[in-house]
Amino acid sequence: MIYLDHAATSWPKPPGVAAAMADFLATAGGNPGRSGHRLSIAAGRIVYDVREALAEWFGVADPMRVLFAANGTHALNVAIQGLLRPGQRVVTGGMEHNSVMRPLRHLQQQGVRVDVVPAAADGSLAPADFAVALHRGADLVVVNHASNVTGTIADVAAIARPAHAAGALLLVDAAQTAGVLPIDLRALGVDLLAFTGHKGLLGPPGTGGLVLADGFDRTRLEPLMRGGTGSGSEHEYQPADLPDRHESGTPNGVGIAGLGAGLAWLRERGLGAVREHELQLCRRLREGLAAIPGVRLFGPLEAESCVAVVSFVLEGRSVGEVGHRLDEQHSVLCRVGLHCAPAAHRSIGTFPAGTVRLAPGPFVTMAQIDTVVAAVAEIASS
Amino acid sequence: MKHGVVLFHTTSAALRAEKLTVRAGLDVKLVPTPRELSSDCGIALRFAWGEAARVANVLAAGAVEHEVHPMPEQG
Repeated sequence: MIYLDHAATSWPKPPGVAAAMADFLATAGGNPGRSGHRLSIAAGRIVYDVREALAEWFGVADPMRVLFAANGTHALNVAIQGLLRPGQRVVTGGMEHNSVMRPLRHLQQQGVRVDVVPAAADGSLAPADFAVALHRGADLVVVNHASNVTGTIADVAAIARPAHAAGALLLVDAAQTAGVLPIDLRALGVDLLAFTGHKGLLGPPGTGGLVLADGFDRTRLEPLMRGGTGSGSEHEYQPADLPDRHESGTPNGVGIAGLGAGLAWLRERGLGAVREHELQLCRRLREGLAAIPGVRLFGPLEAESCVAVVSFVLEGRSVGEVGHRLDEQHSVLCRVGLHCAPAAHRSIGTFPAGTVRLAPGPFVTMAQIDTVVAAVAEIASS
Repeated sequence: MKHGVVLFHTTSAALRAEKLTVRAGLDVKLVPTPRELSSDCGIALRFAWGEAARVANVLAAGAVEHEVHPMPEQG
């Protein structure tokens, strides 16, 4: 079996991930922050250590500014719904996932103005187009760091400048880039960054979070949920302190323990080494697919402009048929269709049929890529 | 030995304080927050009262919001 669906969730995970999760359940099963006994403290220490490791990973000095969430979508909702009020204006790009577009379209119905900067057919966004759209001022800019459809990487730092000049905050959706590209909030000029734990960071599903830049005024963010935090229990009002203000309810300690192990594996292996491996896989994959008659590839030509996502269609075949045959006849697992990103597929001209998406990960080999190319060639010629 | 106790607004702050003070070579222990003092956060950091100034310095340097109290007498 060849797993090329890493853009949906990474698999397999480094062995330390399952071990850390089993260990959490076996030895640290208390509820972090709820009680003063040793199992509660042990669980709290694990959650705190991962919080601190993530703060360092994303270039934030204060670990309390890492807010855990159930997944990337949850983190994006914490940010979008916590920041925007009726009458405000948000500018976003044409490659967004529905995890951004659906909350934005919902808020549009409540009186938030939503403007979309169109993307080019290769999924790229021109920072100059953002500058034009931001001339009228805005409260928030939301941009997808890399597309889950074409892999195209957005120039976040270049979009941050006009965003800040217009008085807007910059929220980045790092679902496809956390654990894939180096991300430093300070260097990129990002105010809020939403990440998922189960893709590039190699943790389990059910993990993710929102990272607030050290300079971000935390009082601007209203909580999405309110409830028990284990702190300030004498008050019936939500506490103001981070991270508790945005972390009501028992956290996913077991998942966070696994996320910590995924991150530890990445640090040991080195982000650069993993990225270089994935670039080599994608170059080989794109070259192989491009040589097959009837294959139409999407996204930029240079692998360096993309994360490890390769989208294509095969002339005369539905994407569903290609995906099904890859799975059934060749044991190649991928994802076809719209990838929860109709806006992105409209931008690249593949709406509503979608594409076949091949997304390699750190444990995929060159030999497997050759097998996949041969499989697509076989489907194309049959 | 007389002890002091540091109170925090959040458990995360208490855990950060523990790490910072241990790293600074201080002898500390996370304990349930004495109910006489607060119900704010479930855990507090106990330390030797003679080290109060050093504890306060380490926590201020780490930007951890906190309050220092003498440990209440155990009944």
